[in-house]
Amino acid sequence: MDNKAEQAVIERQPSKPRPKPAVVLSEHIVEIVSDSGEGAQRCGQSFGAIAARSGNGIWTVEIIPAEIQPPHRSVAGASGNRVRFASGPVTNGGNEADLVVAFNEQVLLSRLHADEIKPGGIILMESKWRNDRNAGIAASYAQVVEEIRTRGFRVYEVPMEVECLKLVPDPRKGKNMFVLGMLCGIYSLDEGLARAQVARIFGKKDQKIIDANIELLDAGRSWAETNLDLRFTVPAKRATEAQVVMNGNTALALGVVASGMEVCAMYPITPATSTSHYLSNIFEKVGCVVHQAEDEIAACAFAIGASYAGKCAVTITSGPGLSLKQEALGLAVMAEIPLVVIDVQRGGPSTGLPTKVEQGDLMAAIFGGHGDAPKVVMAPSTIEDCFYSVITARKIAETFNMVVMLLSDASLATAQQPFPRPSFREDWLAPPVNQSPVPEDAKPYDWDPRTGIATRFIPGQPNGMHCLTGLAHDRDSHVAYDPEINEEGLLNRSRKLAALQTTLRLPPLCGGDSGEMLLIGWGSTLGAIEEAVGILRAQGIAASSLHLKFLQPMASGIGEVMKRFTHVMSIENNWNDPLSDPLITPENRRYSSLALLLRSRYLVDIDCWGNARGQPLKPTAIVAAVRSKLGKE
Amino acid sequence: MSENLSACMMRMVETDYALSDYQSDIAPRWCVGCGDTAILTAMQKLCRDEQLAPEKTVCVSGIGCSSRLPHYMNAYGFHGIHGRALPVAEGVKIRRPDLDVFVTTGDGDCTSIGAAHWIHAIRYNMNMTVLLHDNQIYGLTKKQASPTSPIGQKSNTTPFGSVLLPLNPLTVTLGVANVSFVAQAVDWIPDLLYDILKKAFHHRGLSFVRILQRCPEFMQHRFDDYVRDPSKMRILTHGNGLRLSPEVSRVYKNQETHDPLDMGRALAIAAIADEIPVGILYNDPSVPCYDDLRAGERPSTPALVETVLREEFDKVTIWPDDAEPVAAE
Repeated sequence: MDNKAEQAVIERQPSKPRPKPAVVLSEHIVEIVSDSGEGAQRCGQSFGAIAARSGNGIWTVEIIPAEIQPPHRSVAGASGNRVRFASGPVTNGGNEADLVVAFNEQVLLSRLHADEIKPGGIILMESKWRNDRNAGIAASYAQVVEEIRTRGFRVYEVPMEVECLKLVPDPRKGKNMFVLGMLCGIYSLDEGLARAQVARIFGKKDQKIIDANIELLDAGRSWAETNLDLRFTVPAKRATEAQVVMNGNTALALGVVASGMEVCAMYPITPATSTSHYLSNIFEKVGCVVHQAEDEIAACAFAIGASYAGKCAVTITSGPGLSLKQEALGLAVMAEIPLVVIDVQRGGPSTGLPTKVEQGDLMAAIFGGHGDAPKVVMAPSTIEDCFYSVITARKIAETFNMVVMLLSDASLATAQQPFPRPSFREDWLAPPVNQSPVPEDAKPYDWDPRTGIATRFIPGQPNGMHCLTGLAHDRDSHVAYDPEINEEGLLNRSRKLAALQTTLRLPPLCGGDSGEMLLIGWGSTLGAIEEAVGILRAQGIAASSLHLKFLQPMASGIGEVMKRFTHVMSIENNWNDPLSDPLITPENRRYSSLALLLRSRYLVDIDCWGNARGQPLKPTAIVAAVRSKLGKE
Repeated sequence: MSENLSACMMRMVETDYALSDYQSDIAPRWCVGCGDTAILTAMQKLCRDEQLAPEKTVCVSGIGCSSRLPHYMNAYGFHGIHGRALPVAEGVKIRRPDLDVFVTTGDGDCTSIGAAHWIHAIRYNMNMTVLLHDNQIYGLTKKQASPTSPIGQKSNTTPFGSVLLPLNPLTVTLGVANVSFVAQAVDWIPDLLYDILKKAFHHRGLSFVRILQRCPEFMQHRFDDYVRDPSKMRILTHGNGLRLSPEVSRVYKNQETHDPLDMGRALAIAAIADEIPVGILYNDPSVPCYDDLRAGERPSTPALVETVLREEFDKVTIWPDDAEPVAAE
């Protein structure tokens, strides 16, 4: 664009009206949805990053179709991001969205059908479809806009591509930066921070590309300020300590590095794989290996082999992969080889919901293998927890020579949240591999009667030669089918769980120490449950919550806590039979996983609430479930 | 010469492992006449002659009669689960170049339940010696047809005879990308079995040795014709392959000079049906090894971990009071 043309553009612009004062909000939920490949995800992530850098608390949720290139303009193809940002910390994705930017009416319908938009909420629509050459498309667009207006949504039609065409030849490629600018304008986010974010995104590219995108960003902001009567601000306060912002899978990958594990064997599977992507980029720099095996079983066997001959290794997977690994996990349990298994859960059974959340693997993690195979099962509940849990898991695995399963899920996998920047500690790392001679009279399975722990012999240690086996074996690792020897092995492997259990402390309750309702949860639902407890208590209901990090073994004292509440209910993002179904009775009802475990352990008639809709649980839905249980609808 | 001799003497004095140093305190429980015994003996002889430190030797197996072998070796043994010996062995080797890794696997373990791992292990070409004990039948589960059973083989699952042509482990292995060493041995010619294992052990990369092995319990007469008639055995010789002793050469006159780098002829030899070829079919020492390719340039140290974590955190850090390093932009 030469100077004259530039001048002409500037002259054609109407003079800016004085912006009206911004409405102050404590929080807002924004969604950007588009066809796959139109950049809504990048737009949403960038918006979240700018808010976080401004000092807002954020939680971002990816909206992901299962296919790489689903059909354009389809309900199933909606791709994008939800950003919940607030003046204070944010612990979950929240309830319905306050403001949605949709690149076409079909992707908007996907959010409407999923009840993800607040009644009366703001919807910003790409308006180009109104005049589409295809009469069917134009009619569909007009009909949807008409319908949502009738339903009371505040609809703004935005000529996104028309505006972008003034700056770039292919508006489909730059539209997301225009929308980002528009959102920054609506929410009064700092221009400098926004531009720096764009520079960060395109940092590796040509300065021309960065400049073009900054132009689009500025155009979006300016269009919003000129044409929209939407002006909000969510006051922010920058943290006094350095914060890092990342998603759960990145936190897991960094946790693997920080734990000192040196081998990760994996096979691609959604939604776990991005952990291995991240790890692949950095693991070799620390002298370590990510091995993409030929299948899930090989990945597990490879990790077991690496653990056996060195430091504890890790394998990363999701539900279907966990099912495939079960036989090999039984071997690691039987032979007492340390191993960390990260399972980023998704909807099941079978291929299920590959990109969507479900806490469906708890039973498979604890009881999945054949025979009695005690394993440690723990679940991180925040992004920060994803990082530190890997370090803890590695330590437990190596101290007890056990399999430690870490249950993350699709919700934590892609959600971003700031947390205090970790300071490296050398004691996070695994000690060097022991290669010193084994004492003459030592046996490979010299189980300590107090803890069940035996010191393992690692190849290279003189005098330690023995044949490890998945068959029943005695203290010499000799195959033995005698009843007493078999039970000795079973007892000692089980003892290790009990020994670990004595070291666990129950997490503090959220809410009060006693009352009407205790909610018990695990994993990614922490934020939603605690937010619900806050709402319930504000409504005068004496609700509290307990969130378990260790599911196997469980810390002592849960029974005592439960006694202090009139009602106890587990809140889980997995299936339970609804009692409203005519065939379901209290006798045949299938409970959510944790509820079933607690019922069997404590003989307490606790209830459960949750769903397996593939979406994170919403605080308001938990509130409604509790009120319904208490007869206070 | 004298220098070599004295070096050799020194080694004998320093370590001096005898055959018994590789025998565990468990007596083999294979059937009388089982070909696995000859393989175990050849392996122990190899370890003795190479003076391998038992603590640096790892024998990995899966499940089956042959997979019991690690129990009878005085070394580190890993008797794992059915079909998965190869990925376990790969995991052992990936960070431990100092260990000598042997894999013993059977025709069911390798070519049936573990077939995926077999193909990929050839492609990884990691430094290890793989012994396929091929008796063409499932023994431990009591006589079921295996993928290498001859057509018409009667067994408990094929009472009217198996209906499929057998899978040929040699042609399959030779067909995989990155194959670097393929040999065939038989349990009833122990001298050649030993020579082949020795060649396999010294090969850098994955050496795959198929060993035809007699099962006296379920395949009594399978190889009788070949054992009785040495002319049915085709011995492959070459300057870069086997060199026969006069004794062996006198008995086994059916010989072919075969260059182990000749893949075309190797495939033709592998497909021979009326004779049993014995020797090195293929040996290409130039194929890169996965464990070499993936060996880190530097060992993992706490300082390295700290540095990389700092770099990664820097990319996503929001500093208080805008103290953001400019480099992160």
